Amino acid sequence: MTTQIQPDAAARTGDPDAPLLTIENLEVTFRTRDAPVHAVRGVDLTVYAGQTLAVIGESGSGKTVTSRAVMGLLPRTASVRGSIRLGDRQMVGLGEKELRKCLGREVGMIFQDPARSLNPTMRIGSQLTEAIRVHLPLDRRQARERAVELLAMVRLPAPARRFHEYPHQLSGGMRQRVMIAIALACQPRLLIADEATTALDVTTQAQIMDLLLDLQQRFAMGLVLISHDMGLAASYADQVAVMYAGRVVERAPTREMIAHVRMPYTRALLDATPRLERPPHAPLPVISGRPPDLRALDPGCAFAPRCSRVRERCRQERPELAEHQPRHEWACFFPCADDTIPGEDER
Amino acid sequence: MTTGNGTGRPLLEVRNLVQEFVVRAHGGVRGGVVHAVSDVSFEVRAGETLGVVGETGSGKSTMVRSVLQAPPPKSGEVWFQGVDLATARRRRDLVAARRQMQAVFQDPYGSLDPKWTVFSIVEEPLAAYRTGDRRQRRARVEEVLDLVGLDPSVFGDRKPGQLSGGQCQRVAIARALTLAPALIVCDEAVSSLDVLSQAQVLNLFERLRTELGLSYLFIAHDLALVKQVSDRVAVMYLGTLCEVGPAEELYRNPLHPYTKALLDSIPSPDPERPRPRVPDELAGEPPSPLDPPSGCRFRTRCPRAADICAAEAPPVRAARPDHTVACHFPLSPVAPVSPARHGGDGAAD
Ligand SMILES: Nc1ncnc2c1ncn2[C@@H]1O[C@H](COP(=O)(O)OP(=O)(O)OP(=O)(O)O)[C@@H](O)[C@H]1O
Ligand SMILES: Nc1ncnc2c1ncn2[C@@H]1O[C@H](COP(=O)(O)OP(=O)(O)O)[C@@H](O)[C@H]1O
Ligand code: SF4
Ligand code: SF4
Ligand SMILES: [Mg+2]
Ligand SMILES: [Mg+2]
Repeated sequence: MTTQIQPDAAARTGDPDAPLLTIENLEVTFRTRDAPVHAVRGVDLTVYAGQTLAVIGESGSGKTVTSRAVMGLLPRTASVRGSIRLGDRQMVGLGEKELRKCLGREVGMIFQDPARSLNPTMRIGSQLTEAIRVHLPLDRRQARERAVELLAMVRLPAPARRFHEYPHQLSGGMRQRVMIAIALACQPRLLIADEATTALDVTTQAQIMDLLLDLQQRFAMGLVLISHDMGLAASYADQVAVMYAGRVVERAPTREMIAHVRMPYTRALLDATPRLERPPHAPLPVISGRPPDLRALDPGCAFAPRCSRVRERCRQERPELAEHQPRHEWACFFPCADDTIPGEDER
Repeated sequence: MTTGNGTGRPLLEVRNLVQEFVVRAHGGVRGGVVHAVSDVSFEVRAGETLGVVGETGSGKSTMVRSVLQAPPPKSGEVWFQGVDLATARRRRDLVAARRQMQAVFQDPYGSLDPKWTVFSIVEEPLAAYRTGDRRQRRARVEEVLDLVGLDPSVFGDRKPGQLSGGQCQRVAIARALTLAPALIVCDEAVSSLDVLSQAQVLNLFERLRTELGLSYLFIAHDLALVKQVSDRVAVMYLGTLCEVGPAEELYRNPLHPYTKALLDSIPSPDPERPRPRVPDELAGEPPSPLDPPSGCRFRTRCPRAADICAAEAPPVRAARPDHTVACHFPLSPVAPVSPARHGGDGAAD
């Protein structure tokens, strides 16, 4: 069924331990009519082949802007600084055409709203065939074969028939599968899924996640899962990075992160997540307030106005992300106590 | 305060609700009858929250709209505060009922007129029902905005475009509250919000339930979220109810194979818990409501299906107190067939 799709992604990497994607000190600022919006303020992220990185944060924390920066999909009002390297190729500063050429084969992206990212007036098959021919030197017939194969690979029921259907004839889950097929058309080494399952129900979400992880293993892809759902991150990611107000505020391997949350914001996200273990009607512990205005940020910790552990220093000085424990980084002066270390509490 | 009525009947009682849509074939799309809701019965008691879960397309929104009479169901009864809305001929009864039953929908921006201020959006139902004079209306609007945690002096003059998703949803809730309803119907009311706004709005719902004695019919596809707010939960599949029971018990000890499959699909923030597993049977899409399977509608995906499941629709059985299931082979032994209605007076009596 998938004979033509070779797991050559790993081969292309050369050194399997070299990162696929390295983002360093990324800054994205949007020009607006009034003050500039500092949407991303110094983000560092690394993704390896075969690895799943979850990027978590509430709405407006800069997750989408970061991934769009990688894809070169930001509007002209955006200015991008810092470094985005794909393998050892620097992406920041490349012209649009060059960027398209490098990215096309290397990175695939799935967006939150499959309805809006598919062309409603084009049949599924034509959209997919077109996407394939942009990236691969195949004639129309070969591209078609490849398209049907991709639809089967993403387990779209009755792929040959669906080929001739329009997006509105498919359910949300099926449309998301088509989006995945399009993203995989060029056998990317890196796949970015931005809230790709947020709009789907649990069974469909579980199926799509199964599919993504399976494809990832087969092709040794790097996978970036963008979400606000800690449950999704904990279940599927190897590593979690938490973003707040345009910065990464905590990062660790998933188990380490969930078992030893240190950054008060991560704690707040985790506490506010409804869990099956909780009895009905138990109030959810949730912080009040909203993320800060990205046009006028105070010098200190951006989370200070909402933080229960805030002290004077937090308002004066900005905590930097640093590796305080092996492979566990956080940006906080007064982190939550690690309750697995007896007697530890800085307060 | 807002009890159903003095007679001990539930606030909302839905019996044998059916909703169907005729779709014409066009451009390769099949025509036929969409069996969106087929013979659904349930009740919402005064002061309780009934959660409804189910996959996309299972008919949750259609059911809700039928209850709200927008549009009215094809057949069935919708008793609300002692009046059958489906057959109420007197406009006055319908109008009175509509006041007492308000809805909050999913899309926070789409459900509010972008050109109106928050104040006029929340005031609108009062004006529509010609309630009170200008000053009284102003006081009521300020009261409900306060109740949902929006400072009227800060947000009153804003327009929806100047609000976050969570704030928009609070405005929609405030609007639903202005007429002091007895029942609020929430269709995916927090589904588009991120986890912090979601938790804030869920806590607000809970506070209003205890402070105002409100009841909710709460629809969502996120099972953990539904459990958070529900006293009882109903599980819907392809236009029918599979199982209705007390939230804690239904989640701990599901009786219907579909309920179990849903529960197994949930990702948990606890990484020690196994990764969600989709049983092979559940892979693929549910059958089309244009052509639902005979007998039990879940049979094409059910690991326990046997011949009888194709031949006979499973009757609703009272399994435990207040817990009903429609399955020939439930996951735990239940009493032999005794006629019952979901969430109805079955085993409880
Ligand atoms: N006006 C209509 N005409 C034809 N079919 C309809 C109409 N409204 C709903 N349906 C169909 O009825 C079924 C139930 O739809 P409904 O919107 O109630 O599902 P739902 O459970 O609310 O799903 P979701 O979780 O996606 O909101 C679907 O198959 C849908 O396509
Ligand atoms: N084109 C734009 N112009 C101005 N501000 C923008 C633009 N796109 C995004 N932003 C702002 O950047 C911030 C981060 O947005 P985004 O990355 O979309 O957040 P999320 O984490 O929800 O994906 C938000 O404050 C958003 O309003
Ligand atoms: S630095 Fe201070 S304000 Fe910021 S998260 Fe840590 S304790 Fe809270
Ligand atoms: S009635 Fe049969 S097919 Fe339906 S859920 Fe029960 S065992 Fe499965
Ligand atoms: Mg986003
Ligand atoms: Mg719906």
